[in-house]
Amino acid sequence: MDDLYREQIIDHYKSPRKRGTLDPHDYSYEDDNPLCGDRIRIDVRVDGQDRITEAAFSGTGCAISQASADLLMESVVGRSLDEVKALSKDDILEMLGIELGPVRLKCALLSLKVLKAGVYGIESLEQELA
Amino acid sequence: MAEAKLRQALDVVAIRSEFPVLDREAHPGVPLIYLDSAATSQKPRPVIEAMSRFYEQTNANIHRGVHRLAEEATAAFEDARAEVARFIGAPSSRTIVFTRNTTEAINLVARSWGGANLKQGDVVVLTEMEHHSNLVPWQMLAAERGLRLEFIPVTPEGRLDLAGLPQLLGLRPRLVALAHMSNMLGTINPVAEIAEQAHQAGALVLIDAAQSVPHMAVDVGRLEADFLAFSAHKMCGPTGIGVLYAREDLLEAMPPFLGGGDMIKRVELRSFVANEIPYKFEAGTPAIAEAIGLREAIRFLDRVGLDSVHTHEQHLATHAIDRLEEVPGVKVYGPPAEERGGVVAFTLEGIHPHDIAQLLDSEGVAVRAGHHCAMPVHQKFGIPASTRASFYLYNTLGEVDRLVEGLYRVKSRFA
Repeated sequence: MDDLYREQIIDHYKSPRKRGTLDPHDYSYEDDNPLCGDRIRIDVRVDGQDRITEAAFSGTGCAISQASADLLMESVVGRSLDEVKALSKDDILEMLGIELGPVRLKCALLSLKVLKAGVYGIESLEQELA
Repeated sequence: MAEAKLRQALDVVAIRSEFPVLDREAHPGVPLIYLDSAATSQKPRPVIEAMSRFYEQTNANIHRGVHRLAEEATAAFEDARAEVARFIGAPSSRTIVFTRNTTEAINLVARSWGGANLKQGDVVVLTEMEHHSNLVPWQMLAAERGLRLEFIPVTPEGRLDLAGLPQLLGLRPRLVALAHMSNMLGTINPVAEIAEQAHQAGALVLIDAAQSVPHMAVDVGRLEADFLAFSAHKMCGPTGIGVLYAREDLLEAMPPFLGGGDMIKRVELRSFVANEIPYKFEAGTPAIAEAIGLREAIRFLDRVGLDSVHTHEQHLATHAIDRLEEVPGVKVYGPPAEERGGVVAFTLEGIHPHDIAQLLDSEGVAVRAGHHCAMPVHQKFGIPASTRASFYLYNTLGEVDRLVEGLYRVKSRFA
């Protein structure tokens, strides 16, 4: 079957490392992709230097959106908020190790969109990622 | 294609040979299994050829030209209109307005009839299983005019709950607008019965027939439809053309929809006189080749016989529901097969519809995943999305089996 569903993606979908919510948190944001009903919430804690100490996601969606959220949460721990701001579409695709058509790309990028919107309030992220 | 042969119990092999796209592979070495006809149907060769022939031999703009090509094009276009009228039992070609699609047809009614007749506090009754195209135009008008929208509920079995209909009709609605067949649940609604009651209460009735006209014999007189809308592309015809049927007296009284060429009798700098019906509602150059394609699609469906098509699809739906319900974790939405058309939407526990559809695609099985432009009915069943298989005259029981086998492999991939 399809290469999109590599072992790593199924594994992160079925056994997410970073699923949950953080209470208290420094940043929290939630958004959805109304086209497919995927919904993701991301909670983040930072230290005094604005470096991410903990990150977690919750929500529902397809394997691509959930696995990419889990991989993203793993990868941002230890990074500064400025580094998060610099993350791009290509970073997500590299993390997933797959190529995606325009429809599924939205699934893969939902978590990055939510994370950036939560941390920086970037509303026009779709333009930035286009 | 021998006519007699097609009429008997649907010779699917012969029918399939008429659809060139069904010969292609979805991916190299993987045959295509097209189970997405509720989104758009495939096109048979006679339709494709009729449109090519028009462009190769006739192409001209219609109505005002006096040259030979224009006359031929106009005659073919108007003949297509007459063919549509006959196909749905409309009393005259004057009651057939060509639009872009079902959505535009419903918007035409909302803007033109609704704009002229509905005022603050007026009630429009819809149902919870409507496609967005029969919700949003009324929501837009309701927001402008202060209309009150009421909804016939959907039961857990996926039927319209008509117990409360007398109460809704007691609100004296001006219009009852509903789908003949749900594009998610597959339910065929008792529209004639609802129309009769609605008329007794003084309401007009609009039927969204996008999912019914392609698959079963529809007669506007028998359904008591005041308005009825459908699209060519779901019935073996081309995209870009749809139909609004409306009662002649209603069309006569309705103001124009879009303004421009063809919808006028005469124009002065500050005023115009509208054309007669149905041209009053057809501004600008219409989809001419598409009308000719639609005419050919109707002839094709007539040769096959819509009653056979409907019976065939109910066989497929029955088989699909039986086999899908054997798969652990699958939940099928909607009523029993005998109350529906060839649409079967389902969920598979723990696996998102998008993942299901993508994995099935890798096996050549084309299904749809998402909300199918019917978000409210998904909300009603507490799901954000579903996977939908939809059938047409060219599908086989073997293809349904391939869908089910594919689902087992999807499950094992996620196991």
